[in-house]
Amino acid sequence: MPERVTVTVNGARVDVACGSTVAVAMILAGQPCRASVNGESRGPLCAMGICFECCVAINGVPHRRSCQVFCENGMEVRTDG
Amino acid sequence: MAKFDRARFDVLVIGGGPAGLAAASRAGQHGATVGIVDDNPKLGGQIWRATCEQEHPQTARWSEQLRRANVTVFAGTRVLHQIEPGVLLAEQMQSAHELRYDKLVLATGARERFLPFPGWTLPNVFGAGGLQAMVKCGLPVIGKRVLVAGSGPLLLAVAAYLRNCGARILMICEQTSARALAQFGLSLWREPAKLAQAFRLKKDLAGIPFATRSWPVEAHGSEALESVAISRGGKGEAIACDYLACGFHLIPNTELAALLGCTIENGYVSVSDLQETSVPGVFCAGEPTGIGGVELALIEGQIAGLVAAGQIADARQLSRQRRKALCFARGLEQTFKLNPELQKLAKAETIVCRCEDVTYSRLRPYHSWTAAKLQTRCGMGACQGRVCGPATQFLFKWNPDSVRPPIFPARVESLALRATAATNS
Repeated sequence: MPERVTVTVNGARVDVACGSTVAVAMILAGQPCRASVNGESRGPLCAMGICFECCVAINGVPHRRSCQVFCENGMEVRTDG
Repeated sequence: MAKFDRARFDVLVIGGGPAGLAAASRAGQHGATVGIVDDNPKLGGQIWRATCEQEHPQTARWSEQLRRANVTVFAGTRVLHQIEPGVLLAEQMQSAHELRYDKLVLATGARERFLPFPGWTLPNVFGAGGLQAMVKCGLPVIGKRVLVAGSGPLLLAVAAYLRNCGARILMICEQTSARALAQFGLSLWREPAKLAQAFRLKKDLAGIPFATRSWPVEAHGSEALESVAISRGGKGEAIACDYLACGFHLIPNTELAALLGCTIENGYVSVSDLQETSVPGVFCAGEPTGIGGVELALIEGQIAGLVAAGQIADARQLSRQRRKALCFARGLEQTFKLNPELQKLAKAETIVCRCEDVTYSRLRPYHSWTAAKLQTRCGMGACQGRVCGPATQFLFKWNPDSVRPPIFPARVESLALRATAATNS
């Protein structure tokens, strides 16, 4: 079994395989990554850093592409501003 | 406060997929000081993407060559701007970098082409390569119902990969015709390696319905995807699924080449048979010169790296291989040409520009990409038209021609740090 790491998504704990991206944690948390201009829920599309649909705030830094960042223990992910 | 670094290389390679790895290692073997830059946190590009457990064996093999040649690796680094000829500005999470070069190799790869259809913005609708990348990056798909759709050989590879990871692949919808595929299949007899690959995939894909002239018509779901309506050879069908993996073949990443002033024809960077672009000292290899797959990318990368390091005779020895691989690339383009019927998928209220939520009906009155941008903000969001640009090109025949720096959203700090450093020195 690969090692696990735990992050929080909007305060809720999510457990993922070590080496997972934050985008994966978002899907496992069942949370959209962002609200579009008109308020639609959006999640990852391209998973390779092109589409910017998966942007979230990570450890207080806004607008990070969650598909390009690996989860680390204790990482705080927020989508609620 | 982020830091600012300067570095100088004989050969700087942008892109760490097969073409970039080959270019950097060949240039490095011949004594050039070499740097390689990739936006992704790990080398390997999309095709050799690492899984949570391990690096792709090919990435490991080429990375070992990079180490032996003392190549400097900048992972998780995006190139923003050309400050002046021979100098690029790049940023990492905590730093900005001024990268100087004598010779530059652009190996920026390709992305998936996405076409708008009702519901394509729902969460859990991914690119085909997109879902594969998510799974490689830790998303479990055991028992998940997945519909794979779109166009291109990638669909088969993705379906086989996901199935091996435990997903239930409900169907593969390929937009091209059985006839075009058969013709392509026949031409593979001239490419034994690719034929073997196709047969291996065939075994992995046994029992999965493969539908030609088929595509998604609408994705349904309240908060996330629940089902997809497809057109299967002209007939409607509804498929309940957890994930849709949908991409319509590939589009080259030519933004940096365009910014540097390289000639681009029919969407591809023009190169000589030594991979030289129209800009002296700038080379291009792999998918940006034409979608041709990994074999061609490796050959072109090696040629670019060798020529950049002054080893022209060695590079010329690869010419025959290059020509052969190019034939395969041309076959790909013909086979997976988009059916014009797909232009009808987007309805009046379908979002075309996802960053700015611009619908089809708002774009319809305009005659050019520039006019649409100015009036509707289409293509003005964070992806800078990387998704809606190719879509509007197909839908409206627009030419997304304007590339402006920075070519990726950048921190103001990265731009300011460089200005401060320039004033102080």
